[in-house]
Amino acid sequence: MSHVHTDEPDSPAHRGRVLERLLEEAGVVTGAELDAFLDRLPATSSPANGARIVARAWSDDEFRQRLLDDGAAAIAELGYSVGGGPAVVLRVVENTEQVHNVVVCTLCSCYPLALLGPSPSWYKSDAYRARVVRDPRGVLAEFGYFPNEHVTINVLDANAETRYLVLPRRPAGTDGLSEEGLAKLVTRRGLIGTAAV
Amino acid sequence: MPEICRIGDRVRAQARDRGGHTRLPRYVRGHEGTIVAVHCSSLLPDRVVAGDAGDREPVYAVRFDSAELWGVPGHTVTIELWQSYLELP
Repeated sequence: MSHVHTDEPDSPAHRGRVLERLLEEAGVVTGAELDAFLDRLPATSSPANGARIVARAWSDDEFRQRLLDDGAAAIAELGYSVGGGPAVVLRVVENTEQVHNVVVCTLCSCYPLALLGPSPSWYKSDAYRARVVRDPRGVLAEFGYFPNEHVTINVLDANAETRYLVLPRRPAGTDGLSEEGLAKLVTRRGLIGTAAV
Repeated sequence: MPEICRIGDRVRAQARDRGGHTRLPRYVRGHEGTIVAVHCSSLLPDRVVAGDAGDREPVYAVRFDSAELWGVPGHTVTIELWQSYLELP
């Protein structure tokens, strides 16, 4: 990271600071409001939310069906909302023996922030966004994940108002686990589709 | 704007340059796919940024085979496309 100079005029950090100052000067936001938002974000927005939703779907088949039919309504039962305004739709996509789903936003970095927390830097990288639509197996292999040859990889490009959450397959040998125990197995990468779970 | 496509229909993403902001990525332009869902109805981003939002229009989930997009079989790419981005093949 030593080569990153955040004070350079064209650096994202510098542009962010200028934008913040202009918004404050224009009376659009106050510094206190921004601080409050940033404090609230990690407390309410985390991959633990997505993991809890998945654990419920693994434990309750009727919930799972409702989740696949109407994601927003189903997660509201658990007190969650996808956020982003009324136009934003949540679509939960289920991995099966035949299909593995993986999510990208090739045009920018759309992501279900409320359910997964801030997105990982690789999700926003040009390399991931350009390559996963073209060679998903190659990208998954770099993440250490090798789906069976007979599995079709379906890449979902979140280029519009839909936010995707992947419902991973429940691992074998987890019959005795509680919902809480199941939630601990679910990773952020599993919810994006760059890992099995 | 009414829906002109249904699930299962074959469609082609328009190939022409849209000449400004768009949510139609270049990698699907000119390629054929299949509608797998009608997702919602929303304003066309190309017109919204131009200050002339127009009417809401259907947004479809369209699935493309990798053989069609990249000449190599083995995966699919599903992407949402506004009706204005589509034409019938």
